[in-house]
Amino acid sequence: MKVLVGVKRVVDPNVKVRVKADGSGVETANIKMAINPFCEIAVEQAVRMKEAGIVTEILVVTVGLPQCQETLRTAMAMGADRGILVETDVDVQPLAVAKVMKAIIAKENPQLVIMGKQAVDNDCNQTGQMVAALMGWPQATHISKVEPAGDHAEVTREVDGGLETLTIKLPAVVTADLRLNEPRYVTLPNIMKAKKKPLEVIKPDALGVDVTPRLTTLKVVEPAKRGSGVKLADVAELVNKLKNEAKVI
Amino acid sequence: MSTYAAPLKDMQFVIEELVGLADITAMPVCSEVTADLVEAVLGEAGKFAAEVLDPLNRIGDRQGAQLANGKVTPPAGFAAAYKQFTEAGWNSLSGPTDFGGQGLPHIVAMAVQEMWNSANMAFCLCPMLTSGVIEALKLRGSPEQKKLFMGKLVTGEWSGTMNLTEPQAGSDLSAVRTQARPEGDHFRIKGTKIFITWGEHDMSQNIVHLVLARTPDAPEGVKGISLFIVPKFALNADGSPGGRNDVKCVSIEHKMGIHASPTCVMAYGEGEGAIGYMIGAENRGLETMFIMMNHARLGVGLEGVALAERAYQHALDYARTRVQGRAIGQKSGDRVTIINHPDVRRMLLTMKSQVEAMRALAYTASAALDKAHHHPDEAERKRNQAYVDLLIPIVKGWCTEQSIDVASTGMQIHGGMGFIEETGAAQYLRDARITAIYEGTTGIQAADLVGRKIGYEKGATAAVVIAQMRATAKALAGHAHADIAAQHAAFVRAVDALAAATQWVVDTFPKDPNAVAAVSVPYLKLWGIVAGGWLMARAAGIASVKLAAGGDPEFCKTKIATARFYIEHILPQAPALAEEVTGGAASVLAMSDAQF
Ligand SMILES: Cc1cc2nc3c(=O)[nH]c(=O)nc-3n(C[C@H](O)[C@H](O)[C@H](O)COP(=O)(O)OP(=O)(O)OC[C@H]3O[C@@H](n4cnc5c(N)ncnc54)[C@H](O)[C@@H]3O)c2cc1C
Ligand SMILES: Cc1cc2nc3c(=O)[nH]c(=O)nc-3n(C[C@H](O)[C@H](O)[C@H](O)COP(=O)(O)OP(=O)(O)OC[C@H]3O[C@@H](n4cnc5c(N)ncnc54)[C@H](O)[C@@H]3O)c2cc1C
Repeated sequence: MKVLVGVKRVVDPNVKVRVKADGSGVETANIKMAINPFCEIAVEQAVRMKEAGIVTEILVVTVGLPQCQETLRTAMAMGADRGILVETDVDVQPLAVAKVMKAIIAKENPQLVIMGKQAVDNDCNQTGQMVAALMGWPQATHISKVEPAGDHAEVTREVDGGLETLTIKLPAVVTADLRLNEPRYVTLPNIMKAKKKPLEVIKPDALGVDVTPRLTTLKVVEPAKRGSGVKLADVAELVNKLKNEAKVI
Repeated sequence: MSTYAAPLKDMQFVIEELVGLADITAMPVCSEVTADLVEAVLGEAGKFAAEVLDPLNRIGDRQGAQLANGKVTPPAGFAAAYKQFTEAGWNSLSGPTDFGGQGLPHIVAMAVQEMWNSANMAFCLCPMLTSGVIEALKLRGSPEQKKLFMGKLVTGEWSGTMNLTEPQAGSDLSAVRTQARPEGDHFRIKGTKIFITWGEHDMSQNIVHLVLARTPDAPEGVKGISLFIVPKFALNADGSPGGRNDVKCVSIEHKMGIHASPTCVMAYGEGEGAIGYMIGAENRGLETMFIMMNHARLGVGLEGVALAERAYQHALDYARTRVQGRAIGQKSGDRVTIINHPDVRRMLLTMKSQVEAMRALAYTASAALDKAHHHPDEAERKRNQAYVDLLIPIVKGWCTEQSIDVASTGMQIHGGMGFIEETGAAQYLRDARITAIYEGTTGIQAADLVGRKIGYEKGATAAVVIAQMRATAKALAGHAHADIAAQHAAFVRAVDALAAATQWVVDTFPKDPNAVAAVSVPYLKLWGIVAGGWLMARAAGIASVKLAAGGDPEFCKTKIATARFYIEHILPQAPALAEEVTGGAASVLAMSDAQF
């Protein structure tokens, strides 16, 4: 079985993000970047399935700047076989990425697409769902377990009330949640090998996809600073404040 | 409590811009070592250091290694971390490719090792000693010996140790007494070695001891010492570990620092003698050791850089959170975090600027070592070997001594809490203290510097380096960046001081070596301070060019400001040290023993 994994390059989760001076977004220049943690889990899952003999080939795909090649190399050092960078300097939105994925799926015919449930930069939680919709494939989001068997897969989803176990027909799109696995540390020999694995760079145009953003960001601001607290006399005063000042009850 | 973050930007800047990765990549055997590979390797190593090794550092300090019934148990988590470390292939980084190593150049190993040491120096000593044994095998091992030992040492399945020191033979290894009696295809080793780092433990399947000993008819002194490999488990015919060899750990030391690293008294040959194999020619053991010392001393100098970096990160974290006092002149209003106090900023900069200067110097030596080994042109190899030979005692002596100062300043920034073990600031100081002692004390480094590296060659290599410093000084003079140009005079004074002191050493050494010895440590320190200043000045120059070309503005501006601090606050020590060197010997020698 061939698996396609979508990965995204984001600001390293350990870095404190800063809003750009002009409020157009967050600062990414000269900031440490990393593979999105949920995408890393997605790659790990594919690699484990390959090690278990279920998967024969892992293709990783990303959309973005030339520097995204590093993200693909990381995924290949983890164990992915080859990578495709769809290169653009447009700040792509979920629908554009989903369309790119659709075009690549059409060429590559994977049986399973694994993506992160969301990216930690903008928390959209949309791309996997959109890919499934565009393909007309089944989808299982927020999964903590996936076991392909023949033409279907058994998946466990993390839902509000607990865990939901489903059987989905393949091909399908699944998105990884935190508890799906714990990604491995990349080994040094695999970093060296990853350098020699095939990495293809193509432009969205070549796939016939228009990645122009459809949503406009008006302004990005830091969350308001928390003011200092006040001491209240009793519960009655608390209830009163919650009702009339905070207007939450 | 801070967590370690590898200083990737500075490491990459030093490797790529200051030392010049292009020169390394240009050498045929290093052609694969491109900037993106270096970035990937450093990035992953940084992650491993921060997430696996750093969290074990406190535990290691608290628990320490334990000895019971001849078995040494490392602190909780160490064995698992070692397994993870070796399985991830980190042990094989610079190992020879024909034995499963990755064959990466020294400069990459250097940066990665800095991370291991910052995160957990006591742990890092184990793989570091293993690489020492690999180095010995590479240099002098027979094909058969390489086949038996190399592969397992490269993977880290087996670890290594260095057994030089004996109770009567520390700085002076010519006093080694351990005996080696020939028997068939091997030797029987008998004697006691002390202070053997990671001499016994159960993290690896076998331990390969490299032992200095004397054969029965060996001449007295340095020319009668041979080198042996003694495995903890004797080898079966197929090379697999068999029964216990006649070597054991009889006690471990209670130390000031590096508690997790067992420092063992090793008893060889309490029974029939431990089976050992001679490596290299008979009576030539110390020679081999001296070649290996370049790596080992550079490695210990790097420990200094690493601990200083870690102490800085720890202190910075504290300074950003500790609230104490108000800004000068403010009588009321909010109290501030101590990073706002000018004196705390000065302390932080003293740490930061020296760490960066030390890193620049250590990595420069490392790149020179790579070129000395791999450059296709013989003249270049020779030139770089002379350069690295000069730099080694300076890196070892200066970086380790400064790391103690830097870690001590880190404690100072913590105020009273620095003295309390809870904050962890004290551990870096305690751990740093050994670096100036083992692998040759600072006094021994200084003796090497004034003797073999300056005196005997009449300062020839030193003159070349000082000329390079003067070229940098020239470039500073007319520099477009005002902050850099303003440093010119102070830098020239420092180089003049070094040149004058060097001239004095060269002139005095043949007629009065005692006088030179009396001021050799201040002279070594002078070298470190001026060479560090030289590299910081060059770094500032490069940063200004990068800045103009649209490079990372925060990094470039910070580098220029840090270099300026170094030149204004650290470099002024140079003329004072030169005065001590050229005028201070007589008072040292004038005192009689009884007067002390
Ligand atoms: C924690 C720890 C780990 C160690 N690990 C190892 C190991 O793995 N393997 C190993 O073989 N050894 C190891 N050592 C030993 C270490 O290398 C020696 O302690 C060191 O070389 C100094 O020797 P010494 O202790 O005998 O001191 P001494 O040689 O007695 O020195 C005492 C003082 O005299 C000075 N001095 C001595 N001779 C001279 C001279 N000729 N000129 C000027 N000054 C001089 C020294 O600078 C020092 O200040 C370790 C030591 C420690 C404490
Ligand atoms: C072993 C021990 C015994 C002690 N015994 C006693 C005792 O018997 N009785 C008692 O009352 N106390 C005692 N102390 C407390 C001791 O006096 C304080 O630790 C000391 O005054 C420093 O205060 P601090 O620890 O709060 O550090 P901080 O005041 O937080 O200082 C942290 C750092 O910030 C710097 N700093 C703080 N404010 C300024 C400023 N305005 N300008 C510039 N720099 C500044 C300091 O120099 C220091 O480097 C003891 C402490 C220890 C560790």
